[in-house]
Amino acid sequence: MKSNDRPSKRLLLAGSLIPGVGHLLLGKRRQGVHLLALALGLALVLVLRWDAFGEAFSSPRLAPWLSARFLLTALAATAVFSLYDVRRSLALDGDDSTGRSPFQIAKRRFAANQLAVIALYVIVIMYLIAALAPILAPFDPTAIENPTETQYLAPSWQHLFGTDEFGRDLFSRALYGASVSLSIGLLAVLIAVTIGTVYGAVAGYFGGLIDNVLMRIVDVVIAFPTFFLMLMLVGIFEANIVFLILILGLTSWTGTARFIRGEVLSLKEREFIEGARSIGLPHRLIIFRHIIPNAMAPVLVSAALMVGGMVAAEAGLSFLGIGIRPPTPSWGNMISQGQDALLVAWWVAFFPGTLLVITILSFNLLSDGLRDALDPKTLMRKYV
Amino acid sequence: MSLYILKRLLLAIPLLLGIATITFFIVHLAPGDPMDMYLEPRFRRQMDPEVIELIREKYGLDQPVHVQYVKWLGNLATGDLGESFRYRRPVADVIAERIPYTLQLSILALLFDALFGIALGIFSAVKQYTRWDKIVTLGSLIIYSIPGFWLALMLVLVFSVNLGWFPTSQTRSLDYELLSWSGKVLDRIWHLVLPVFVLGVASAAGTARYMRNRLLEVLSEDYVLAARARGLKERTVVFKHALRNALIPILTIYGLALPFLLGGAVLIEKVFAWPGMGLLAVEAVSGRDYPVILATSMIAAVLVVLGNLLADVTYAIADPRVSYEKQRPA
Repeated sequence: MKSNDRPSKRLLLAGSLIPGVGHLLLGKRRQGVHLLALALGLALVLVLRWDAFGEAFSSPRLAPWLSARFLLTALAATAVFSLYDVRRSLALDGDDSTGRSPFQIAKRRFAANQLAVIALYVIVIMYLIAALAPILAPFDPTAIENPTETQYLAPSWQHLFGTDEFGRDLFSRALYGASVSLSIGLLAVLIAVTIGTVYGAVAGYFGGLIDNVLMRIVDVVIAFPTFFLMLMLVGIFEANIVFLILILGLTSWTGTARFIRGEVLSLKEREFIEGARSIGLPHRLIIFRHIIPNAMAPVLVSAALMVGGMVAAEAGLSFLGIGIRPPTPSWGNMISQGQDALLVAWWVAFFPGTLLVITILSFNLLSDGLRDALDPKTLMRKYV
Repeated sequence: MSLYILKRLLLAIPLLLGIATITFFIVHLAPGDPMDMYLEPRFRRQMDPEVIELIREKYGLDQPVHVQYVKWLGNLATGDLGESFRYRRPVADVIAERIPYTLQLSILALLFDALFGIALGIFSAVKQYTRWDKIVTLGSLIIYSIPGFWLALMLVLVFSVNLGWFPTSQTRSLDYELLSWSGKVLDRIWHLVLPVFVLGVASAAGTARYMRNRLLEVLSEDYVLAARARGLKERTVVFKHALRNALIPILTIYGLALPFLLGGAVLIEKVFAWPGMGLLAVEAVSGRDYPVILATSMIAAVLVVLGNLLADVTYAIADPRVSYEKQRPA
C-alpha cells in the first residue's frame, strides 16, 4: 500500500482518540475491533452503572475503591495504548517486513486454534468481571434484609441467579465470588511458578551437592500429601484469603521446580550458555537472563493448567467448610451452601458450579492451545 | 532390581521421618487447645480442675512439646497410633473401620477409569482427526474440567431428587438389616453407583486424554512404520505393536494413584456422607482430633512414597529399556 492512499495522519490521530478507530482506519481490523470492544465495554459499564461507580469511587472499603480506580485506569490505558500503537505504525509506515520472531510464530499458531482463542476471551472477560464486581453487582452480596420475603427466590430478571436462604442475590454473590476465586487462582500460581522456576533453575544450574540437597527437599514436599496438608493448615489456622493463597502457592511449586531443573540440565550444556560463562557473566545473570527465559514456554503451559487446578482446589476447600468462610462469597462455599438447599433450590449450587466449570475448562483449553503453539519441536516446521 | 527396591525403601525412612516431624509440629504449634475438643468449654468450667489435669496427663498433653514428640515417634515406630479424642478409641481401630468403605469406592472407580479411559483413548487415537476423535477429545476435556463434588451434587439433583433412581447418600438403606442376603448386596451396589461413577468418570477422562497422546506418539515411531510396511493388519499394528509401549506410562499413573485409593475421595465422601478415610480426615481437622489428623496424614505420606516406588518399579518391569542399576545422578 502506498502511503498517499492512507487517510491523513491527523485524521488517524483524531480517530485513535476513540480507542481502536485508528487501527480500523489503518486496516488493522483485529486490533481495532478488540480495542474498540474493550473501550466500549468499559465505557458502557461506567455509564450504565454510574451510581454504583460513584459509590465505589468514594467507598471506604478496599475492594470497591480499587475496582473504581481499576475501571478508570483500564479505560485510560486502552486509549493511551491505542494512540501509541497507531503512532508507532505510522512511524513504521506499514513496513512490517522485519521477519517473524518465534513469539510471532507462536502467536499465529495460537490464533489458528479457535477453541483456545475463545477460552482466552472467556478468561479475560471473567477477570474483567471479577475486577469490576463491586460496580457490576446489582445488590450487596452480604446484606441480609428480610429473608422471609426474599428467601430462595427462583432465577428471574431481577435476580438472575435467584436468591439464597438469607435472601441474598446470588448473581451479586457470584460476581464477588469470582473476584475471590479467580484472584486466589492467579496469585497462588504466581507464587508457585516463581518459587518453582528459581528453585529448579538454581538446582539444575549448579548441579552436584546443591542439586542433590535441593531435590531431596523436593522429594519431601512432593511426598507430603498436599491435600491433607492444605486441609490441616487451613483447618487448624484460621483461614483467610491471604493465608489460602500462600498455602496453595507454597505447596504446589514442586512440579515446576522439577521440570525447570530438567530443562536447565540440557540448556546449560548449550553453546550460548558456555559463551555467557566464558565472558565472565555472574551466575545470577546467566540464570535470570539466559536460562530462565529459554525454559519459560513449558512453564507457561503448566501455569495455565495450574490456575484451573488452584481455582478447583480453593472451591474444594471452601466446599469442605475450611477455605473461604461465609459470609465472604467464593464459588466453593456457595456450592457448599447449595448442597444444603439442594432439595428446595437447585440454583444455589448450579450457577456458581457452572461458572467454576467454565473457568477451569477455559484454562485447560488455553493450556492445550499454548502447548501446541509453543511446542519447540514443531515451532519451526510450519512457518519457516 | 531387588537391590534397587531395598535402596529406595531405606531412603524412604528419613523421608517419612521428615514428614512425620513437620506434620507433628504443624499440628502442635497451631493455636487452639485440644482440650476444647475433648470437653466443651462450658462443661469444663463446671468440672473439677484436677479431673481436667488428669485427662491432660492421660493424653500426655501436660508435657512439653518435644517430650510429646519423642513419645509419639516411639509409639509410631511400634505401630501405636494413639487414641482418638473424639471417638475415645484407638485410632487404628477407627481407621480400620473406615478403610473398607474407601477401598470399595476407589477400587471400583479405578476399574471404571481403566476400562473406559484406556478404551476411549485408543478409540480416539485410532480415529485421529475424525469427528469421533474430536467428540471424545473435547468431551473428555469438559468432563475433566468439572469439579467432582459439583458433578456429584448435580447428579444427585437429577437422579436422586428429581428422578428418584438412586439414593442421595449413605452406604445402605435404613431397612438394610431386614433385607435378604441378595437384597443386601443389591442395596450396597445401588448406593455405590453414583459415587463410583463420579469418581471414575473424571479420572477416566484424564486417562483417555493421556492414552490418546501416548498412543499417537508411539504410532508415529519408526518401528510402527516398519510393521505397517510389512503389510500387517492395522488391528495387529495397533494392538500388538503400538499399544504395549503406549501402556507403559499409564502404568506409572496407576502406581501414583495409590494414595488416591485411600484419600483421594475426600470431597466425594463428603457429598455422599460416605464414612471413609477422607471424611474421617476432614472431621478430624475440623474437630482438632490430633491423633487422627497425625495418623491419617502419616498413612497418606506412606502411600505417596510407596506409590512413587511402585510406579518406578512397574515401569522398569514393563519396559526393559529402563534400568535402575546404573543410577542417574539425580
